[in-house]
Amino acid sequence: MRNYDVIIAGAGSIGVPTAWALGQKKLKILVVDKRPSPGQGENKHAIGGIRATHSDSAKIIVCLRSLEIFATWEEKFGDDIEWLKGGYTFPVYRQTEEKLLKSFLPMQKKYGLNIDFVSPKKIQEVVQGINPEGLIGGTFSPDDGSASPLLAINAFYRQAKKNGVEFKFKTEVTKIIQTGGAVSGVMTPVDTYSAPVVIDAAGAGSGELSRSIGCSIAVTPESHEAAITEPVQRFCSTMVVDLRPGPGSKNYYFYQNKHGQVIFCITPHPPIIGNDYRETSVFLPQVCARMARILPRLKNLRVRRVWRGLYPMTSDGYPLVGWNRDVKGLLHVAGMCGQGFMLGPGMGEVVARMVTDTCTKQDKMVIDKFSLYRDLSCVMEALK
Amino acid sequence: MIGHRITKHPILEVPKKKKVTFKWNGKSLFGYEGEMISAALIANGIQIFGHHPKDNSPQGIFCANGQCSQCLVTAHGLPVKSCMTPLRDGMNVQSVEGLPSLPHADKPVPISTIPTKDIDVMILGGGPAGLSAAIELGKLGIKTILVDDKDRLGGKLVLQTHKFFGSIEDSYAGTRGFEIANILEEELRKLESIDIWLNSTAVGVFSDGIVGVVKENSYRLIRPRKLLVATGAREKMLSFPGNTLPGVYGAGAFQTLVNRDLVKSCERVIIVGGGNVGLISGYHAIQAGIEVAALIEALPEISGYKVHADKLIRLGVPIYTSHTILAAHGTEKVKSATIAKLDKDWKPIPGTEKSYPVDTVLIAVGLAEVNEFYLKAKEWGMDVFAAGDAQEIAEASAAMFTGKIESFKIARALGMAIGEIPAEWNEKATILKSKPGTSRDITKPYAEDGVFPVFHCYQEVPCNPCTSACPIGAIHTEDDTITGLPYQDDQKECTGCLNCVAICPGLAITLVDYRKDKEFPTVTLPYEVRREKVAEGQRVAITDKDGAILGRFMVEKIRSRKKYPGTILVQVKMEKKLAKRAAGIWYQEKQIEPSTIYEKEPLPNEAIVCRCERVNAGEIRKAIRDGIRDMNQLKALNRAGMGACGSKTCRPMIWRIFQEEGIDLGDVTDRIDRPLFVEVPIGYLAGIDGGDINA
Repeated sequence: MRNYDVIIAGAGSIGVPTAWALGQKKLKILVVDKRPSPGQGENKHAIGGIRATHSDSAKIIVCLRSLEIFATWEEKFGDDIEWLKGGYTFPVYRQTEEKLLKSFLPMQKKYGLNIDFVSPKKIQEVVQGINPEGLIGGTFSPDDGSASPLLAINAFYRQAKKNGVEFKFKTEVTKIIQTGGAVSGVMTPVDTYSAPVVIDAAGAGSGELSRSIGCSIAVTPESHEAAITEPVQRFCSTMVVDLRPGPGSKNYYFYQNKHGQVIFCITPHPPIIGNDYRETSVFLPQVCARMARILPRLKNLRVRRVWRGLYPMTSDGYPLVGWNRDVKGLLHVAGMCGQGFMLGPGMGEVVARMVTDTCTKQDKMVIDKFSLYRDLSCVMEALK
Repeated sequence: MIGHRITKHPILEVPKKKKVTFKWNGKSLFGYEGEMISAALIANGIQIFGHHPKDNSPQGIFCANGQCSQCLVTAHGLPVKSCMTPLRDGMNVQSVEGLPSLPHADKPVPISTIPTKDIDVMILGGGPAGLSAAIELGKLGIKTILVDDKDRLGGKLVLQTHKFFGSIEDSYAGTRGFEIANILEEELRKLESIDIWLNSTAVGVFSDGIVGVVKENSYRLIRPRKLLVATGAREKMLSFPGNTLPGVYGAGAFQTLVNRDLVKSCERVIIVGGGNVGLISGYHAIQAGIEVAALIEALPEISGYKVHADKLIRLGVPIYTSHTILAAHGTEKVKSATIAKLDKDWKPIPGTEKSYPVDTVLIAVGLAEVNEFYLKAKEWGMDVFAAGDAQEIAEASAAMFTGKIESFKIARALGMAIGEIPAEWNEKATILKSKPGTSRDITKPYAEDGVFPVFHCYQEVPCNPCTSACPIGAIHTEDDTITGLPYQDDQKECTGCLNCVAICPGLAITLVDYRKDKEFPTVTLPYEVRREKVAEGQRVAITDKDGAILGRFMVEKIRSRKKYPGTILVQVKMEKKLAKRAAGIWYQEKQIEPSTIYEKEPLPNEAIVCRCERVNAGEIRKAIRDGIRDMNQLKALNRAGMGACGSKTCRPMIWRIFQEEGIDLGDVTDRIDRPLFVEVPIGYLAGIDGGDINA
């Protein structure tokens, strides 16, 4: 049996940046993942948007820190992660969305988010060619942006390894071992590894993993499809989020990445619950009709590939982060609700402080909001 | 408008087409209405279609088959594959320099929902397999949609100017490929239950059992009860420095350009690969008036049919076995190519380098199944079948059989009581797929008297039209099997009708006639190249079976057989001692001399592996040496396989580098493929009919 200070189950959007953050604390860390390389779960299905434009303080705090890490990564470590500061734009065509978005502004600004409700003219400047018919205005948060999940996770992975973090791939954590009400390590098909702290960063697999020790984490995977186009010269820098509902769907969003490719996604309604990764014929016509309507010039852009990923959903749309009350040393960082990529780096640092017992006042606020033991019967977060 | 057009062809008719003008980067040029933009450009001497955004490398034609995306241009401002987009009068075509820009077409357009159509059978691909399958299904009255991305049926048959092997009754042996396409199409068009969708590209297959198709300019969703994938094959690429220069392309692409598009795409080629595709391409090149500097093969023996190789050798094309290509040279396009001899460990032997001044390198190193639709449909649990090359790479004659067999299985799966698959279908398909045997000479000493055919057919291949063509039944194959070598029955007297000479797909039969002059018999040789060369009264160089020149002889007479068009029968008088040895007419008299001065040595690591994203072998190798064993991670890091083609070309090359690096392939995780397999404009998917800038 090999001994570690911390074992992280899952080398994805949360596990890898957490390992990187913990690695800086000079701890002996092992990351275990059943897949063959970092980010091969839901991380690679993420489209790459990073926003602090959320409807509550905890996500804003975590994502503002994430944004800082993404934005300064290349300068600090030299890896190009295709960071692009293009902002997020929520164009508004109806009073429902106007009212909703405006209601968040005071709180968003209070926590340091650079955002405003802007005029239709400004929206037309940011999203050139946007359908002006009925456009009321919208929010624009210029400091939000995007990066490549594929490159970013490999960059976190390289730096974590430099800090001495060990990774075991193609190795499934079959069981979290506990002795006398405390975790003592993890079991895999080949080996057993011991540590006083085990972090559940298993993403969509968190529910199943927790069941191995008889506790339940209320995470339900939902399928979302996404697609990417051919690259063209830059015509838009911002993420466009249309919150209106459409046939069979809720909101959809798209942006042009650093390579010039447009990446887009839609939220199906009713949600598609389960672990189904299989692409359907429904997605493209559904989302393309809406995209071509809001930004007609997109009609000439060619779609290259589609994929489907899972959103590990909680019932209120907020993550589940905290120490397990019943099993000492087990820390859950689960249920990112499809925002693991943008929450990851900021969350990783919070988790590192939780493990080393160095939490700040702000961290405590975040931990409180994302508590495993909160009342989960609240309504869904508004910008999910 | 001659330029780089083929205006005269020994086999193909050159149809009259409507001339149109179009603009290329602002300059007015002529082309033909409806021909592919790529053909019009090449006909105007344009080989460079743009430059890659990553490294400004020149881009040009590569697959000419809609598979890759190297031939990207913009037409009226929209990026299109020039090899799949028909030319129209007044078209404004521009090269793509870096990234194309998205036109600011901001007028809102009406969108519509895409309906889903149900059908019993959907066939992807109208080549030999798909056509044969559709005919069988049509005969049974089964409602079928046949989808093909080209503007005509036939698939690769359309490009085949040579006569087919096999047997007359089963696979149209002795008939040329493009003629077979016509025969099959005519038969198919009579069948009412078959809906033929041309210019329609299947772009993806989804888990709900639905196939997405772009039909002309609109997106359609089809839910077939049974899906038959007959999508053929794509060419494998080879890793060597300079391998993506304009002028390096697939042999299949070359056949498309010269035989379908009738453009003389180059002046002088070197062919890499001695399988049937490479050998036939050499033959097609000469028919198109293009010089063939050499054909090289890495193996110690050519792997294609010997008769195909013999045709080339006798025309004067040198074939070098145990040779490889080291590099193609040029900055904007190919100017020369260097080859070298390989030792027994497949390593180039220093000092054996030879550089040929060629403008084109044809790659014919094998084919890979176009099976992504099949594999995905299978993964989705659909009732899917595969035929032709999509099932297993083999000759088109075998594809026609597997098409028939699979259609039979489909009909049964649909619940039709049609009994068992005829046993001989499977047998025949197996024989037609068989690899050529070893070479033997079974010629018996002939009495130099009378008239008789001489068979320069020394290798067992599935082919016997000579036996059927002989009006007196004097020609047999050993043991009467289709792969047996041919011989003449001693008991029967040859009439000298010349049918066997005219039908032989391998051009491997001559006729020696001593009846008029015993000392100077008349020899009849089949010939399918430029007619002017063999005008009556002219002297031509005649070779023996191995391409050695026997001497120059005057053409006495030119004959032909109406039933076997294209092959002309050249008659010469020769001395008795040479007559039976005469096997071919030496066409390419001037040999292209290579230079042995080979100065610049580009590194193998400079070879491009992923053409779309311009990732070279060195970058892949480094990633592997850094410990990467997951193709998905490799892709994440260096984008290999992320381009328009979806790793259709680079995937086998990446596997090969893993192998070269001594990695146990069992440790390597393969990449995950996803729809779409072909790019589709958002407008089509949104139901905007036309989806174009003016819509």
